[in-house]
Amino acid sequence: MKTTVMTMVQAVNHALDIKLADDPNVVVYGEDVGVEGGVFRVTSGLQAKYGEERVFDSPLAESAIVGTAVGMAAAGLRPVVEIQFSGFVFPAFNQIVAHVARLRTRSRGKYGTPMVIRMPYGGNIKALEHHSESMEALFGHIPGLKCIIPSTPYDAKGLLISAIETDDPVIFMEPKRIYRAIKQEVPEEKYTIPLGKAKILNEGTNITVVSYGALIREVQRAMIRAKAEGISVELIDLRSIYPIDRETIAQSIKKTGRMLLVNEGPTSYGVGAEIMAIANEEAFLSLEAPPARLSGYDTIPPLPKGEHHYFHDPERIFYEIKKVVDF
Amino acid sequence: MLFKDFDPIEDKLFQVMDNDGHMVSSQWKPDITDDFVLESYKFMLFARTADRMCVSFQRQGRLLTYPPNLGQEAIACAVGKQIRPQDWLVPAFREMGAWLLKGAKLSDLFLYWGGYEEGSRFSDTPYFLPSAVPIASQLPHAVGIGYAAKYKKEDRVVFAFVGDGGTSQGDFHEALNFGSVWKVPVIVIVQNNQYAISVPVRKQTASKNIAIKAIAYGIPGIKVDGNDFFAVYKATQEAVAYTQSGNGPVLIEAVTYRRGAHTTSDDPTLYRTEEEEKSWETKDPIKRLRAYLVSRGMWKEENEPPLLEQYKNEVEKEFAIFENHAPYSVEDVFKYQFKEMPDELRQQQVAYEKFLQWKEKNKEV
Repeated sequence: MKTTVMTMVQAVNHALDIKLADDPNVVVYGEDVGVEGGVFRVTSGLQAKYGEERVFDSPLAESAIVGTAVGMAAAGLRPVVEIQFSGFVFPAFNQIVAHVARLRTRSRGKYGTPMVIRMPYGGNIKALEHHSESMEALFGHIPGLKCIIPSTPYDAKGLLISAIETDDPVIFMEPKRIYRAIKQEVPEEKYTIPLGKAKILNEGTNITVVSYGALIREVQRAMIRAKAEGISVELIDLRSIYPIDRETIAQSIKKTGRMLLVNEGPTSYGVGAEIMAIANEEAFLSLEAPPARLSGYDTIPPLPKGEHHYFHDPERIFYEIKKVVDF
Repeated sequence: MLFKDFDPIEDKLFQVMDNDGHMVSSQWKPDITDDFVLESYKFMLFARTADRMCVSFQRQGRLLTYPPNLGQEAIACAVGKQIRPQDWLVPAFREMGAWLLKGAKLSDLFLYWGGYEEGSRFSDTPYFLPSAVPIASQLPHAVGIGYAAKYKKEDRVVFAFVGDGGTSQGDFHEALNFGSVWKVPVIVIVQNNQYAISVPVRKQTASKNIAIKAIAYGIPGIKVDGNDFFAVYKATQEAVAYTQSGNGPVLIEAVTYRRGAHTTSDDPTLYRTEEEEKSWETKDPIKRLRAYLVSRGMWKEENEPPLLEQYKNEVEKEFAIFENHAPYSVEDVFKYQFKEMPDELRQQQVAYEKFLQWKEKNKEV
């Protein structure tokens, strides 16, 4: 299999390229995605290759970007739309909650909404206001949506191809902090990764750490110190906020007896609560410490000069791992 | 009447002064003295100096992402000069002159674009909302403020800014609709700088201009040469008179050109040509007003360098206030999220502080 070194930006571009080539129903649009190729250049070159009818700039209105995609999907197309930053998705929330997620069940299966809503998310990149949020828990809470978050270029490509091919709507959240920070050999040809399956990145015995997106890398850094202090960490990359891979998480916690969830979004009613519920429901008798979470505070992410207080560094992650292990 | 003479349905551009500073329609020249014009000119120079320095501070890594104002200074100045202390400013993010004239300090702007929420406080001036980064989301707020002023029988005008891209958002249309039904004292200024990041205005709307959208809401709209200080000044003056009389909102489309990038993270070479950028240099608002003042014997080219030097020093002084600002404290993260902090949040702060203590102790070992 021929491979190329790719960043996540290139891997997502590659996935879009492959699907535009093999499915004439795929269209790609959003603000600045056409001529410019997106503010992060994720769609770079695609308009030149596939034409303006299939890859295009929309007017500036998130609600209409998503709302028109619902219509296209109902009429047989497979739109992949971009929301420039996840912090700007909220005008489209009515469309997402009221239609994207509901059309299939309301029409008793007559119409579906096979579409992907891509959006860069997450912080610690010294960004302006509304450019640092991690609101994946909101999408996980809306019945009818799948919500996917890759942590590597390889996963981004395989997961996005699956997302475009699935007949259900997918919120595809791209951790922009690692858009270009991680390079990896990625196969040039098409491959898919099943949606809803977590991945064990490191086997360990003392504690299960569940994380996803840009924080995987931070957890891996924390694990160096944990290892030096004799703590064996099993690291699970969740990859899918919904559906959630209950089985993989449960098996791991049964083995290690301890669980820490690490993510960026606000703590309350977040992904951590869901993983802790799984620990309780599936592995209660194996638990040697209360399942724990290290999430963001229940505040908006501070502007860049305060970021270091909000976004967890490996030291904080290690500290929380140690707390659970020492319980 | 101005709004009748420049009905947007005829796609006429309201202009008072041409590119060389000559009056093309003296009957519409606002009743302002040349001294006032000179003062406005100097202010525009100051704003441009500050704006250019922001870009270079960003390039030096001393400021974060910044949206340049270059080429749009006449709009913010001509509108800003007419904002009274009791009037509201509801900004977008590319009208620095209006911020300063409303009473923001330059150090506030540096704080904001430098990464402190403190820069949105504008402690020296009331009636001034923070910038609105989610496009057009501020316009319903302007209408709500207008309603409150009307309800309280207060003499206030609300000045709200938005860009050409913002006119595609539902919030733009919903705000104009509410505002016209409620007949609130709101002036919406659309800075049509031709681009929403990379997307040109012809891909934003199929309307022949943006001012024409006012017609659907039953309010006056006018398309103004946004690089003509006199035209923007006059249109704003008429809009103030109209809206203050209880007639409801006015929509001003100020046609201009964003000569810089969308922000310092943007690369305009990807979506527009150098020829196009050059073609707007001749219409530059500062160049035009300077030509007017020179022709009136109010200004000489040689006055400029020492003044620019003085402005540079003033900007440096304000920048030092920002650079010497106290570090972002833990408390700053948590303190303002609620008026009364919930226990849940307090515990999160305490947990973080405990970690910091542990970190400190670990360092010592």
